[in-house]
Amino acid sequence: MNEMVITREQREARLEGMGCKRKRVEDVRFTQGRGNYVDDIKMPNMVHGDFVRSQYAHAKIVKIDASKAKALPGVIAVLTAEDLKPLGLHWMPTLAGDVQAVLADGKVCFQNQEIAFVVAENRYITDDAIQLIEVEYEELPVVVDPFQSMAPDAPVLRPDLDGKMTGAHGPRKHHNHIFEWTIGDQSATDLAFETADVTVKEMLSYHRTHPSPLETCQCLASFDKIKGELTVYGTFQAPHVIRTVASLLSKIPEHKIHVIAPDIGGGFGNKVGAYAGYICSIVATIVTGVPVKWVEDRMENLSTTSFARDYHMTTEIAATKDGKVTGLRVHVLADHGAFDACADPSKWPAGFMNIVTGSYDFPTAHLAVDGVYTNKAPGGVAYRCSFRVTEAAYCIERGMDILAQKLGMDPADLRLKNFIRREQFPYQSALGWEYDSGDYHTAMNKAMEAISYRALRAEQKAKQEAFRRGETREIMGIGVSFFTEIVGAGPSKNCDILGVAMFDSAEIRIHPTGSIIARMGSKSQGQGHETTWAQIIATELGIPADDIMIEEGNTDTAPYGLGTYGSRSTPVAGAAIAMAARKIKNKAQMIAAHLLEVSEYDLEWDIDGFRVKGNPERSKTMKEIAWASYNSPPPGLEPGLEAVNYYDPPNMTYPFGAYFCVMDIDVDTGVAKIRRFYALDDCGTRINPMIIEGQVHGGLTEAFAIAMGQEIKYDELGNVVGASFMDFFIPTAVETPHWETDHTVTPSPHHPIGAKGVGESPNVGGVPAFSNAVNDAFGFLGSTHIQMPHDAWRVWEAAKKLGVHA
Amino acid sequence: MSDVQTYPVTVTVNGKKIQRFVESRTLLIHFLREELNLTGSHIGCETSHCGACTVEIDGTSVKSCTMFAVQANGAVVNTVEGLANSDGTLHALQEGFRQMHGLQCGFCTPGMLMRAKVLLSENPDPTEEEIRHGIAGNLCRCTGYQNIVKAIQYAAAKLNGRTYQEAAE
Ligand code: FES
Ligand code: FES
Repeated sequence: MNEMVITREQREARLEGMGCKRKRVEDVRFTQGRGNYVDDIKMPNMVHGDFVRSQYAHAKIVKIDASKAKALPGVIAVLTAEDLKPLGLHWMPTLAGDVQAVLADGKVCFQNQEIAFVVAENRYITDDAIQLIEVEYEELPVVVDPFQSMAPDAPVLRPDLDGKMTGAHGPRKHHNHIFEWTIGDQSATDLAFETADVTVKEMLSYHRTHPSPLETCQCLASFDKIKGELTVYGTFQAPHVIRTVASLLSKIPEHKIHVIAPDIGGGFGNKVGAYAGYICSIVATIVTGVPVKWVEDRMENLSTTSFARDYHMTTEIAATKDGKVTGLRVHVLADHGAFDACADPSKWPAGFMNIVTGSYDFPTAHLAVDGVYTNKAPGGVAYRCSFRVTEAAYCIERGMDILAQKLGMDPADLRLKNFIRREQFPYQSALGWEYDSGDYHTAMNKAMEAISYRALRAEQKAKQEAFRRGETREIMGIGVSFFTEIVGAGPSKNCDILGVAMFDSAEIRIHPTGSIIARMGSKSQGQGHETTWAQIIATELGIPADDIMIEEGNTDTAPYGLGTYGSRSTPVAGAAIAMAARKIKNKAQMIAAHLLEVSEYDLEWDIDGFRVKGNPERSKTMKEIAWASYNSPPPGLEPGLEAVNYYDPPNMTYPFGAYFCVMDIDVDTGVAKIRRFYALDDCGTRINPMIIEGQVHGGLTEAFAIAMGQEIKYDELGNVVGASFMDFFIPTAVETPHWETDHTVTPSPHHPIGAKGVGESPNVGGVPAFSNAVNDAFGFLGSTHIQMPHDAWRVWEAAKKLGVHA
Repeated sequence: MSDVQTYPVTVTVNGKKIQRFVESRTLLIHFLREELNLTGSHIGCETSHCGACTVEIDGTSVKSCTMFAVQANGAVVNTVEGLANSDGTLHALQEGFRQMHGLQCGFCTPGMLMRAKVLLSENPDPTEEEIRHGIAGNLCRCTGYQNIVKAIQYAAAKLNGRTYQEAAE
């Protein structure tokens, strides 16, 4: 028996458990073109749906004439709001407590808004038909600038809310106001500012952008009239939530709805919400009796489903003259577009923006957020971040740099001076969070040493002098960013979506031969759950990861979960997996005790089974126990070996990291070259270092894009400018910098395996690092703040404004 | 739809000769995916920007959303479904992408692989910079490219009879 002679190290290694760089199981099918994405799925008699969209940002719809389209061979149906009205489906609730028109109900509020849904035999005919539909508009005045939204004479954007001066989040101050959300001690904060030695104030805009995964949003809906059952395949980051919403809206009982999220080609927050395309496909399949597929094109994706950011943050910091922060005051004007379709937990209209005190020990703080309507696309999703955490991190990390500049202090030293100290954890922040764990000084010092921070500053100083002497046209910027995230939403006491608490779940079933199938409420979109979840189980249960099959996305078979976004999978579903495994392990221990004829308490766990304490020769592997559980369970014990866990986390997790960006800018072209980017992440226990680093590379690349040029822009008429890959900046391999990664490990004390989540840290910490580098480069020329995005044109303009082109 | 004019197209796809009648406006990517059920090649934009639809046509890389199926008449077309070696083992690139963690959601991967295949046929031992320029027509939203570059270096080394040294980050 080979089994007998293998070493402990070999037993450990063959599990491929937590901490190892296990190669991904997903890759075997993806590299052979055998993924199964929504658009790859075909059904007999399947037809296609597509939208007629508004040309205008704000207009009354006078008439829709679809007669020519309906006469076109191959066209099956054209749906408008009038057709949805009898079903009560012309409006849908949003995750933020607002309502949104599924198909424009008499008026359009943003360009490319959905007006009619055309169903035809194939995509080419839907396009032909769309051209034949005539929509008569009557233009209305447009509000594009959120700062003009609440002007007394601003046009009413949402007549459907007329007279409703209380919204889902309290009183509304103006007909275009959505909510005001405040937190913190206002009078203590005001006092801190009155008595401060030094204060800074700056309006920091975080521009509108879009997650733009490579696969757009899409679905395939099929209604079986005889059985009364609805099947929907879709690009759903949260398939169970979609099933519940579909049931509530369609009145089809939830058990008769089969929602399946197959392979997903990236999500980044874009695929959390419920969109008009899903509703219309469902209505269309019910009406026509054949399966209906809807696939967004890229323009539709960028201009209609879920923008991100558009936060305008007036940021003030109070401090002593030697650089100790004493207060933080932030006001945010949040542009939510035409409908409030933010994907935040219900009670958090501004997400977790109150993480804005960051990594610093602020004695007091106050935050107020005003959400407003404009004639832009709805959304406000967490694009590769936990709810509004990127905005918060940008706000505080830019703010700290601005303060450092005013004090004449080094920005890294200012941070070191104000960090929450290791012994202060668990730390109560001034804006209400309890940070679970952290060791900021260690991380910062390690990072500063790794990039030779002091030497870089010396080099920068020499370069600045050379620039002043006219010897070079290049300036050097060092961007410092030390972020603290809040992820893993979340505890049922403060997090729910449409009333469903934000727990997550896992079900693990061991087969008689000792292999496993496990299902979760999470849903991978590229994160590699099929690989990493198996690693957690492998370590917990001593079964090799290769013998464990992970299945997600099928709501019929997976336990109810809230899905994957906001870096919540590892903190919540990952915890559920460990807890379910531990239930199994407890039962396995009873079975092992029975088999070995000892008391359970005489057993100890050893890599892949139980052994008798003090007599390690006597042992039972998990495989043997699995067989026994089906074959000879102890009297009185249920046969089988499986468990389900629904995990309600006691707290969020708080990953953190220290990022440094070194940049050289040509002031005459505005071109910024990234010389170095170093990212140190602390995400607690590391499940698969290869996947973590892949996540960091990807998140940094998105951060680079956002900070350096990626933007959804509107002109003054509300036309969305550049909603294609021609204009919307997606870095190629050529522009993308080389990434250096590093880590420290500070486990989460409340998480069963100590993991905190990492997928979004690089985006959260990356954006301020880039922006701080640009601003740091120009600081010595008298600039305090240059707004993002920092594309070459805008950087050139900033240089021009500072008079360096003369 | 009986009155729609169609045209005969003969192509060799992954070594198999195929004959179909198609509308003149049918894009090659739709022909591959809808007609031939070769869904490995993906659609990320339909405007020739993302490269998810990249296939090999007569030895060159083509974004198959940029071309009509009728224009491929007589051509030899290779897609990701035909990339593996004839003995069923994975192509060095497929192996490299897995070993070096060159993919995450996998949506760009078939296009990347097919682009990299032609790149290596034109330049069997490219530098990092040559690889970065060589794949600049293919967008990836997930990986940040660093490991894709390594994956291609891994494959180049293997195809040149060397062992690739660097570990995946
Ligand atoms: S789908 Fe062809 S290049 Fe994007
Ligand atoms: S792996 Fe997702 S787009 Fe490249």
